[in-house]
Amino acid sequence: MGRFGRLTIKIVGYRPACILWAGKRIQRNAMLITRRVEFSASHVCASPALSEAENRALYGAAANPHGHGHNYVLEVTLAGEPDPVTGMVFDLRELKEILQREVVGPMDHRFLNREVAPFDKVVPTTENIAAEIWRRLDPNFRDSARLNNVRLYETEDLFVDYSEAAL
Amino acid sequence: MSTRSFTRLTRRYRFSASHRLHSPELSDEANRELYGKCNNPFGHGHNYSAEISVTGTADPHSGLLVSVPALDALLERTVLRDLDHCDLNHTLEDGVPTSENVAVEIERRLAAAWPDGFPRLAGVRLWETKRNRFELTHEEQ
Repeated sequence: MGRFGRLTIKIVGYRPACILWAGKRIQRNAMLITRRVEFSASHVCASPALSEAENRALYGAAANPHGHGHNYVLEVTLAGEPDPVTGMVFDLRELKEILQREVVGPMDHRFLNREVAPFDKVVPTTENIAAEIWRRLDPNFRDSARLNNVRLYETEDLFVDYSEAAL
Repeated sequence: MSTRSFTRLTRRYRFSASHRLHSPELSDEANRELYGKCNNPFGHGHNYSAEISVTGTADPHSGLLVSVPALDALLERTVLRDLDHCDLNHTLEDGVPTSENVAVEIERRLAAAWPDGFPRLAGVRLWETKRNRFELTHEEQ
């Protein structure tokens, strides 16, 4: 597979920009690039403020006190303009390194509640893991490309999209 | 700088059902021409999957936008119990049971039974086969 083998590129509404394309000035929206990575981790979803029965009702089987695991699939989407010199919105090799350093390294083959902050204090629901991944990744993108969306699949039947935008 | 966060949870449900696409407003010939194989008088079936999206703010204590067992129970009670292994021509209240109309029916059933305290229903994405999907955004009335 080439550089685009596991990469999807789509153009959706974001902010309009004028670019030169084959000598013609055309109007179009920012480009989105998405990279997918996977990590496997275990967790328990239970609130210490609730009884075992209440946790069971709220979180279902995910409240099993001994934990369980998932093959998480993470899709990270950046928005930006292709650089006029390199033709890239963001260097995918650098993106791969950022994802490895901030997410896969710390979370892969870990018990999230015991080994990955803040999940010693915060319940590691899909919602909270997606938000934590956003917080870890966002400071890495401050120049041409901005973090646009974090999509975290807990299973192929359950995923959460998380993003933040300046008011 | 203050920020606004956006959280959307999507859960996929599967059901299998049969249907026949035939409009009583049209002649037999026009139905055959419009719907093709889907107009077969004896019907046919699909393994559908419906992606239900909800959006809002995750509860700071539970970390949940919605309790997945509660969402599953709602879908089971309002949609899957009737639609799984059914004939959609008999189950849908009105309209030809195209996937467009099945998606609208799912939205209607969910909106009618939507529990207090649940986050907002964002939309329904219905896959008829791996190659065809139908998506609607739910608008609050």
